[in-house]
Amino acid sequence: MAKVLVFIDNPGAALKKSSLELLTIARSLGETVAAVNGELHDDVASTLAAYGTQALYRPSAADLDDYLVGPKAAFLAAAADAAGADVVLAENSAEGKEIAARLGIRLGAGVITDVVAVDPDGTAHKSVLAGSYTTTAKATTPVSVLTVKPNSVTPEPAVTGTAPESIPVQVPDVTAAAARVTARTEKPASGRPDLSEARVVVAGGRGVDGNFGPLEELADALGAAIGASRAATDAGWIGHDAQIGQTGKTVAPQLYISAGISGAIQQKAGMQTAKVIVAVNKDAESPVFEIADFGIVGDLFQVLPQATAEIKKRRG
Amino acid sequence: MEETLKIIVLVKHVPDAQFDRHLTGEANTVDRSESILSELDEYALEAALQLTEARGGEAAGNKVIALSMGPAGAVNAVKKSLQIGATEGVHLSDEALAGSDAAATSLALAAAIRHLGADVPADLILTGMSSTDGETSLVPAQLAERLGLPQVTFAASLELDAGKLTARRDGDTHADTIEAALPAVVSVTDQINDPRYPNFKGIMAAKKKTITTLSLADIGVDAAQVGKSGSWTAVETAEARPPRTAGTIITDEGDAGIQLVEFLAAQKLL
Ligand SMILES: Cc1cc2nc3c(=O)[nH]c(=O)nc-3n(C[C@H](O)[C@H](O)[C@H](O)COP(=O)(O)OP(=O)(O)OC[C@H]3O[C@@H](n4cnc5c(N)ncnc54)[C@H](O)[C@@H]3O)c2cc1C
Ligand SMILES: Nc1ncnc2c1ncn2[C@@H]1O[C@H](COP(=O)(O)O)[C@@H](O)[C@H]1O
Repeated sequence: MAKVLVFIDNPGAALKKSSLELLTIARSLGETVAAVNGELHDDVASTLAAYGTQALYRPSAADLDDYLVGPKAAFLAAAADAAGADVVLAENSAEGKEIAARLGIRLGAGVITDVVAVDPDGTAHKSVLAGSYTTTAKATTPVSVLTVKPNSVTPEPAVTGTAPESIPVQVPDVTAAAARVTARTEKPASGRPDLSEARVVVAGGRGVDGNFGPLEELADALGAAIGASRAATDAGWIGHDAQIGQTGKTVAPQLYISAGISGAIQQKAGMQTAKVIVAVNKDAESPVFEIADFGIVGDLFQVLPQATAEIKKRRG
Repeated sequence: MEETLKIIVLVKHVPDAQFDRHLTGEANTVDRSESILSELDEYALEAALQLTEARGGEAAGNKVIALSMGPAGAVNAVKKSLQIGATEGVHLSDEALAGSDAAATSLALAAAIRHLGADVPADLILTGMSSTDGETSLVPAQLAERLGLPQVTFAASLELDAGKLTARRDGDTHADTIEAALPAVVSVTDQINDPRYPNFKGIMAAKKKTITTLSLADIGVDAAQVGKSGSWTAVETAEARPPRTAGTIITDEGDAGIQLVEFLAAQKLL
């Protein structure tokens, strides 16, 4: 049976949904073990057990977060060796992909990013060229490294839990050739769902003209995350982490509501695999209408507040 | 006097996203007929030019070498880089490179970088945040691992001083200040600067600049280490996603917000 190592970086007080998804995929491929960096709370340990984790690999060094990925990749490579892993699964974040990249070189393992599904034989499914193709790919090496996008499976605990033993891993010292994090500023949490994982996204562009208020109210009525075009983030109306598109985030929610966005190719690259697209734009010629399932030629400052009020009215 | 810099900028020749892009052939590789210099690599080139210009530019002995790996047409990405302001160009081209994945690409680029640094090692290797066709962002990190260098990826700002670099990197939950010793591999985002366009003077000057073509033999890489045989991943199937078609478009006559909610209710999205 294949051995699958799941990398969980700084789980905090409880495992994130994306981590539970990785553990669920791991179980469908073989025997699950985990490499965990950072503090390990009791809650996290018991969830790992409930998800069928057979062993927990823990780094000997506590300062991995002080460096940009080199030492984390070295830890994960040592853990993969110790576990005899055939498959390593990591998050599809920028950092997750970089760790996977370096790990791949260390292990001589093929790396596949942006994976949305994994077959039992290790074949990975993903989309390429800004969502215009869906492909299957496979590592041709004995070990494969996959980074999996959030919302790829429904998390499910194992039928029978485990009592994983904790195995310390000696981290080779690669700090001399690593970039060091010298200062870190935490960003305030928005209280809304995480953009990459949200079921519904309400996104605004230059047309919001500095006022995201109507979008925020609609987002709150729908339990949605807020996104933006580059024009809106460049203008400083909203943080860069809200940017959707080629150089921002790629989202694939159930519903994407685009307001005051023209629909340039770089914007489309980040959202055209959404299940349902709604567009509100004053200009009937906007390219966004070419991909909208429901398009409204109109003023977002009229349409969005009316929709929000109607949703609230229907809910009583 | 400031120190002089030797910077290698990695520029990729990619299919123009303004046209339909296709996967072709048995290995499902990207059709490169309508290709351009990857627009995300223009930010890396601009960053290199700003750093060297601040130290007296070419006249003071600073060098910006544009390096592209790809088939014959990729020389156009090198030429464009020279027009924008790079001091010299290098085109790594060999039939055996076709179909290389990130692992094979980083192996060949690492060998080329070592070759170009045989006399004077580069201080900095600058790349784009991701290629606009491969979109993996794997190459910069894999290069750093292969070269044993510090990696600073997704830099939104970059400064150099006394053999050390400082960069800012914007994450989802936090923003970081990063420091690393030179030489280092740095990938930059589209937030770092506003790339310049080639002007007439630049286009004329580029005609006199040198483009060196390197083969695998020149950089000491065996054909089996790259291309399809040297790749560690294979694309098995590729299917074009049916293009999205427009749905219902209405013009607001005062009740579009309500119609929107009706649409959402009908789609069970409320
Ligand atoms: C290298 C590169 C990378 C890029 N990456 C990204 C990326 O990741 N994401 C991204 O989004 N863009 C990206 N861009 C920019 C992209 O090309 C477009 O410039 C950008 O998406 C435009 O944003 P916009 O649609 O908000 O603005 P505009 O194109 O100016 O459109 C604004 C729209 O709002 C409409 N409008 C105005 N007022 C109202 C109103 N009251 N009600 C309704 N509609 C209204 C207008 O009709 C117009 O269609 C990138 C560009 C480059 C060169
Ligand atoms: N064939 C290539 N030639 C030159 N540079 C490349 C090549 N492939 C990737 N790069 C560089 O690596 C960056 C990231 O590419 P990727 O990892 O493919 O997303 C690009 O922005 C380029 O700077």
